[in-house]
Amino acid sequence: MSTTTAPSRKLRLTPLTVRDYLVLLLAVLVVVLPLGYMILASFKGAGDLATTDLVVFPEVWKPENYSEAAVKVPFGRLFLNSTIVTVVGAGLKVLLAILTAYGLVFCEFPGKKYVFWGVLATMMVPPQVTALPNYVFISSLGGENTYWGLILPGLATGFGTFLLRQAFMQLPYEVIEAAHLDGAGHWRRLWHCVVPMSLPSIATVALVNVVYEWNDYLWPLIIITDPAMMTLPRGLTLLQNSESAASSFGVLMAGTVMVLLPILVVFAFLQRHIVNGFTQGGVKG
Amino acid sequence: MTAVTTKRPRQALSGRRLREWLIFLAFVAPNVALIVVFTYRPLLQNIYYSTLNWTLGSKFATPVGLGNYRDFFTSGEAREVLTTTAIFTVATVGLTLALGLGVALALNRKLPGAGFAQATVFAPYILSGYGVGLAWLYIFDPNIGALSAILRDVGLNSPEWINSPRWTLTMVIIVYVWKNLGYAAVIYLAGLQAVPGDVLEAADLDGAGPVRRFFTVTLPLLSPTTFFLLVTTILNSLQAFDLLIAMDKLGRGARTLIFDAYLTGFKEQSQAGYSAMLSTVLFAILVVITLIQLIVVERRVHYR
Repeated sequence: MSTTTAPSRKLRLTPLTVRDYLVLLLAVLVVVLPLGYMILASFKGAGDLATTDLVVFPEVWKPENYSEAAVKVPFGRLFLNSTIVTVVGAGLKVLLAILTAYGLVFCEFPGKKYVFWGVLATMMVPPQVTALPNYVFISSLGGENTYWGLILPGLATGFGTFLLRQAFMQLPYEVIEAAHLDGAGHWRRLWHCVVPMSLPSIATVALVNVVYEWNDYLWPLIIITDPAMMTLPRGLTLLQNSESAASSFGVLMAGTVMVLLPILVVFAFLQRHIVNGFTQGGVKG
Repeated sequence: MTAVTTKRPRQALSGRRLREWLIFLAFVAPNVALIVVFTYRPLLQNIYYSTLNWTLGSKFATPVGLGNYRDFFTSGEAREVLTTTAIFTVATVGLTLALGLGVALALNRKLPGAGFAQATVFAPYILSGYGVGLAWLYIFDPNIGALSAILRDVGLNSPEWINSPRWTLTMVIIVYVWKNLGYAAVIYLAGLQAVPGDVLEAADLDGAGPVRRFFTVTLPLLSPTTFFLLVTTILNSLQAFDLLIAMDKLGRGARTLIFDAYLTGFKEQSQAGYSAMLSTVLFAILVVITLIQLIVVERRVHYR
């Protein structure tokens, strides 16, 4: 969004401006305060937690919550697992989306339209509906507690294909046609013309999928039972189940921070792309 | 390219065309194969499972036809689960849209700092639902939570967020709206920026005040945006799961259709057939909503 305010327009403190600022301030506080409180709580010990008084800042800072969380659940390993699943899963999804979208836009096939609708319609099928049969199938192949069992069933991509198809259709046809006349085959045209010209859209698809893979919960919950193979959100469940006493909320919050913070950091740097990605398709994943 | 009628070029053309078709297939095959194996096949299999009396992990299953559906719809369970689903969906969608529009109206004034506010309000939307649920669970805790401490300071007792099913549902609704509000705000903001200024000016000249202008000009012009948001947020709410299970592990208050399908299939008695029936019902609801959207959008295109 370009904020090209005319230089002559000065900010006047009208009642309307004050009202809108109050709305925005309230909205920002409603988002920031709980997240800030969570981060502070992750440094609290039993004394600051098991109390009915409102304790905002810890009286005794207890960074050991993080090492304690890592003892109860192997968070270092979980971080690695989440990173692997996110990078490989999102990477392959983007690759599949690029190939499918290229075929749909630049190749000829009599039933192309139906292939497109078949791919698009998958966006209507939530993973929850396919979870049970996929679990039966993947576990029968021995995919429980493996990386491939974790990644494979989620790779099919309707969202990415849809978004990249839109982007590819808007590319200047003459450039691709010129490459064609220069004797470049489909493969060369894809990687030397189409992909370089569509990098913003590809980045958007990649970011949306990174967020989706990082947060994914239901499938890891079903297919992973071995703590060493868990992703971060899946590991939180394990931590939640092992931490029932109110005084150990600090350890649980430390684990939660480890799940939420990486995405918040990525968002801080790339928020415009991420917002665009999530609001363009209207669908997650 | 015009077709040439001599024999040899035509053969060459059809050969080239076949090659082109094969190239197309090579490009789309990996994704299409995955879609068939991991989306369409399980979708059909799930419908088949829904006709079985079958415990997950067991080698034996008894076909019961529509028995699972009959059991569900004739017992009190259907009413309870569908009511919870309806309350959750209507409340989250209504609040998300109303509050999202409110924030969007404030953002639309393009005050300095609006960009920062927009990004901040959007941030919860991309956070892990499970993590967000846990963070809020600590705030809502009736004994040691910040909210109960604040309520006590103003002389109120904390509601039984954890032990009373109705309060649990309320809590989950509040947090879900908190998480999704920014999405609605950003979409509404785009809609507001498309409202032509001259229409609003004309209404202004006609003597319409800001409130009237909003209800007679802005809101009707936003109706396509509202409709789009209505459909997407209904679909999202029906699929909400991470946040629900984080805040209500046993499903005592927020047991919506999708949550019920998980608990009956993978926890409790592992009734896989019954669970498949529940997710088939959910899928049918999603299809109906999507079809309604397609029909309405189609009609709108024709009317213009």
